[in-house]
Amino acid sequence: MPLVDIKDVRKSFGPVEVLRGVSVDVERGDVVAIIGKSGSGKSTLLRCINRLETYDEGSIVVDGMNVGDARKEKKLRDLRRNVGMVFQQFNLFPHLTAAENVMLAPKVVNKANNHEAKLLAEETLAKVGLSDKANNYPSQLSGGQQQRVAIARALAMRPNVLLCDEITSALDPELVNEVLRVVEQLAREGITLILVTHEMRFARDVGTKLVFMHLGKVHEVGPPKELFAAPRTAELQQFIGSVH
Amino acid sequence: MNDFSFWVILSNLLLATRWTIALSLVAFVCGGIVGLALLFARTSGIGWLTLATKAYIEFFQGTPLLIQLFLFFFGVALLGVEVSPWIAASLALTFWTSAFLTEIWRGCVESIPKGQWEASESLAFNYIEQMRYVILPQAFRIAIAPTVGFSVQVIKGTALASIIGFVDLTKAGTMLNNATFRPFLVYSLVALIYFCLCFPLSWYAHRLERQLHAAR
Repeated sequence: MPLVDIKDVRKSFGPVEVLRGVSVDVERGDVVAIIGKSGSGKSTLLRCINRLETYDEGSIVVDGMNVGDARKEKKLRDLRRNVGMVFQQFNLFPHLTAAENVMLAPKVVNKANNHEAKLLAEETLAKVGLSDKANNYPSQLSGGQQQRVAIARALAMRPNVLLCDEITSALDPELVNEVLRVVEQLAREGITLILVTHEMRFARDVGTKLVFMHLGKVHEVGPPKELFAAPRTAELQQFIGSVH
Repeated sequence: MNDFSFWVILSNLLLATRWTIALSLVAFVCGGIVGLALLFARTSGIGWLTLATKAYIEFFQGTPLLIQLFLFFFGVALLGVEVSPWIAASLALTFWTSAFLTEIWRGCVESIPKGQWEASESLAFNYIEQMRYVILPQAFRIAIAPTVGFSVQVIKGTALASIIGFVDLTKAGTMLNNATFRPFLVYSLVALIYFCLCFPLSWYAHRLERQLHAAR
């Protein structure tokens, strides 16, 4: 059984149907790269997986738990403990230091004590290469560093799946690689990743599965290297051509 | 008739000022507590709760404070409970203050970027935890200056309590005027004392505001 099983999901914002029957399955350890033009529904799909967005029809099952059923607070909490998320705009808590940002959710949600939370912060900040910035506030960090703290913050909840929503799109070009290297490292460690991304080279080299979305549907899906080398549809071919 | 010296008038006014300060403090502190509870209800996103809070706020913002004082003073008496002016004034001013503070604070909460809500939501926080650990600590900073500024309105609002017989600074002024027939002197002193209470607060609120803008 797939770790994340998305079946025929539909979603409308008012009269606009943004997801028109999307099905994707994600196995444990997969690195799924979702690509496509803006407005193709990639971010909405990603946000449906941890119920930041609700969907109208179809089903999403994460690790045996039906996302559509997670209406009650306890179930929703279990789901979100299981699914980490990193955002385009980092969304770090500006009133807390890097370490405190990482420690907050384990303490508040998982009732970790201060000592346990500190160890978690040390471990995850070391993983993203920011041990020396633990006591800095977000405003004292570069964009790339902030995004790495955001990754550490998500990892501290030990999620089974990590969702990444265009996490390098708001970064200056020279800061993109430091973030991608961290994600690549996570992929090598076997964390299941679902990324909405515009980094085509990264999608090809690190991804185990490529999902090309077009007009609210999965237009093409398959092994990244194959699809990039030989796109089956004109739309993917055009899209690859336009971003290179 | 005029054996009331200046100092007798002033000392009597100052003694009554204690009650103005006491009523202001009660209204501001209790109004703040009620206002915080209402803030949670107002921003909870739960339909009926939001609606009930809105109705409450509209009522207290949309009717004169004087009428609210009358309603509490005479209305509660209709239920067969005798209320003193002190209790009626405390209740009315508390609810009135809470309505305004809730609206001021709601504005501060809503100025926190949506990403802060989404980030804490995706870390499995519930609504109360989001408010407690993420939103309010940030909103608090923005809220200090307008909150201190509003405390000036509370102090001035307490003057109306004199009409239902609460012996505060204004009521003492009226009584002294009746005894001395020196209205200009008496009310000038009353105004001066109110000003001495309010000015430091509004000055402090302005300073806080400047600091906040400088820190950005």
